[in-house]
Amino acid sequence: MPESEALHASHVLEFPYSRSVGPVIGAFLTGLRDGKLSGVRGAGGSVIVPPTEYDPATGDDTGELVEVGPGGVVESWAWVSNPLPKHPLATPFAWALIRLDGADTAMLHVVDAGGPDQVATGGRVTVRFRPAGDRIGAMADIEAFIPEGGAA
Amino acid sequence: MSAAAATAKRAVRRPVSIASFAQSENVRQDDQHNEVEMLMPVVAEVFANIGITKNDIDFICSGSSDYLIGGPFSFVTALDAVGVWPPMPESHTEMDGAWALYEAWALLQEGEIDAALVYSFGRSSPGNLNEILALQLDPYYLAPLWPDPVSLAALQARALIDAGKGSEEDFAAIASRSRKDALSNPNAQVAHDIPVETLLRDEYVVSPLRRHALPPITDGAAAMVLAAGDKAREWSDKPVWISGFDHRIETHSLGARDLTSSPSTAKAADVAGVADGPIDVAELHAPFAHQEMILKEALGLDDGVTINPSGGALAANPIMSAGLIRIGEAAARIASGQAARAVAHATSGPCLQQNLVCVLEGE
Repeated sequence: MPESEALHASHVLEFPYSRSVGPVIGAFLTGLRDGKLSGVRGAGGSVIVPPTEYDPATGDDTGELVEVGPGGVVESWAWVSNPLPKHPLATPFAWALIRLDGADTAMLHVVDAGGPDQVATGGRVTVRFRPAGDRIGAMADIEAFIPEGGAA
Repeated sequence: MSAAAATAKRAVRRPVSIASFAQSENVRQDDQHNEVEMLMPVVAEVFANIGITKNDIDFICSGSSDYLIGGPFSFVTALDAVGVWPPMPESHTEMDGAWALYEAWALLQEGEIDAALVYSFGRSSPGNLNEILALQLDPYYLAPLWPDPVSLAALQARALIDAGKGSEEDFAAIASRSRKDALSNPNAQVAHDIPVETLLRDEYVVSPLRRHALPPITDGAAAMVLAAGDKAREWSDKPVWISGFDHRIETHSLGARDLTSSPSTAKAADVAGVADGPIDVAELHAPFAHQEMILKEALGLDDGVTINPSGGALAANPIMSAGLIRIGEAAARIASGQAARAVAHATSGPCLQQNLVCVLEGE
């Protein structure tokens, strides 16, 4: 039997989980709402950002929250010329792993730079929060990081 | 005996053989078949290869993802491809079939059963893989940003370049070699002979990754039969044995990892005993070209080892099956006499977060 053209229909599947963020992630996200970046002290004294309830290296409980940033260093980056619909920025940008000042691990976010020549590994960036009234306690409260002093 | 060998010895208590393997043709879009229809000929072939039926099997384990299919509990429906009535002991991993294989192997280690069917399937074409795979990430810090798998792999590739451990030319050379090797793989989706210089003129998808360094989007399925005890000899004159098997995972905090190395692969290789003998062939599940370099180092493979003669995941990357296929391809090379000892690898998660290592030996 010859194969006929398949019929297509759109279908949206949702897994509408609600999560409770707990004392450590919750404190970080609340900090974002207040325009602050924070990490947590790990077992060996290192500062983990974004913070987790356990040290990713050892599994031990983590300790006190410490404020970090607002600037940091790019540890790796990738340039997106054609942002996808759900990406944080609609214009070309860099994904970056950013080690904030005072932190020992890096955080993933985006760098809003004019072009790939404005971003470099080892380059300094600083946070740009959304306006206070628009912040809700989520990663999107950080609009983007931007190169410190204009160019990286 | 080294500590590694002692650990490997503990890992395998009962010899298990890969008695049969089958895979579908890997294609960009199979919209003529649903998952059950895609699986049925593969399951039929994996049984027919060794002249058995489902009645010879004691246990079934599958690997698939409801997120790809867009429907909950799709693995239950998929059992129709086998036709399990009366009911049979069955399990499922929301992971690549390589991990379903591990579960079946672990059960065979207990000695209660002698044969298992493992299968995996996935159609990536109906959905948006960039968005679906973002949902496997940390739901608080990563998923809300919707980083797609190409972007995350590009961060890893840049880290490799910055560390002086790889270059764009290296990535292109791996892509060129893999797809050239795929010309002799009838199941490959992307196979051609294009020189490195030409590939390096590809556009960046996400810099520093150009088009050629990415895996294709693939619909496909695979199946395997495992046998132990008398059945291993009954179903094969020259069994291919699993001599070491382990899998390990790293933190989901991407920025807390060294993306240029793979300690989880190295640990799994240690437990599986990769270094206990010479390796002839390695089938590595490296969806992005640069990841082969990281895996080669973590597994301690020297330049004499033939890597991905099938073309690997760059030739066909059916999500949920590409890892199991690596094990099937490695086993096929031992069964054909091309290799005496092989290592197969499967990965899951972003930037090689979780890794499985399987050592195979002939007699």
